[in-house]
Amino acid sequence: MSLANVFDIAGMGMSAQSIRLNTTASNLANAQAASSNIDEVYRARHPVFETMRMDMMANNNGSMPTLADDASMGMRVTGIVESDAPLVRRYEPNHLKADEEGYVYYPNVNVVEEMADMISASRSFQVNVELMNSAKQMMQGLLRLGQ
Amino acid sequence: MAISFQNALGIHEKALHVRTMRAEVLANNLVNADTPNFKARDIDFKSLLSSEMSSQSAGRGMVATNSRHIGGASQSYQPELLYRTPLQPSLDGNTVEEQVEMSRFSKNMMDFQASFQLLNSKFKGLSKAIKGDL
Repeated sequence: MSLANVFDIAGMGMSAQSIRLNTTASNLANAQAASSNIDEVYRARHPVFETMRMDMMANNNGSMPTLADDASMGMRVTGIVESDAPLVRRYEPNHLKADEEGYVYYPNVNVVEEMADMISASRSFQVNVELMNSAKQMMQGLLRLGQ
Repeated sequence: MAISFQNALGIHEKALHVRTMRAEVLANNLVNADTPNFKARDIDFKSLLSSEMSSQSAGRGMVATNSRHIGGASQSYQPELLYRTPLQPSLDGNTVEEQVEMSRFSKNMMDFQASFQLLNSKFKGLSKAIKGDL
């Protein structure tokens, strides 16, 4: 049943987008977390999306055609990478964590970029919800067939 | 006379199945709208349905009139997944155009409803004929 796969695909999309939203929230929350040590500073995190490939031949049990087995189905987050953009070094001698020279290091979080990313992630999430609703309507229609 | 569902339902059953498959492909495109290097795909509905219908009319497999004839195995048709040509390719190699895909998905859903409506009326007609009341 192909429609059941739509639920799986949309579900995978939703979980991936929520991970993306999570990293954005983490980045924004830590945007002002300064540190005196360059190794301890928070770095912006971003998820890496990848298309998932599923072997569809296992479902091919009848004369009805199924999708070719190289059809990509759904997506997943393969990992979360830390940004290697340069850290922000500020001269704040009054800061609690200032080093001997009076400098503190701020995370390399680009707040504007993160806000744009947040909107993109929530829109994509909404698209996935829309997909699931449509598939649900189609399936409910099929259940009423012949009535 | 026995009712042959294959003859009674006609093209609509196949159409409904192809519509669900297309919904799956389009849903996959939409989900991968943010995946780098993903290439949007689609099925050619017309060619798939015509091949479905021809395999149906050919009676699936060959007719053996002699005991030494080898019957050709009926093979299920694999729908060909084509790649979409984007209007404007993006920098990360992704060819999904979210708005276009969404409109295609909605249209596919409406077509599904249409096929469903036609199939449903076929069933209604059959049950009316069985009961004999109008």
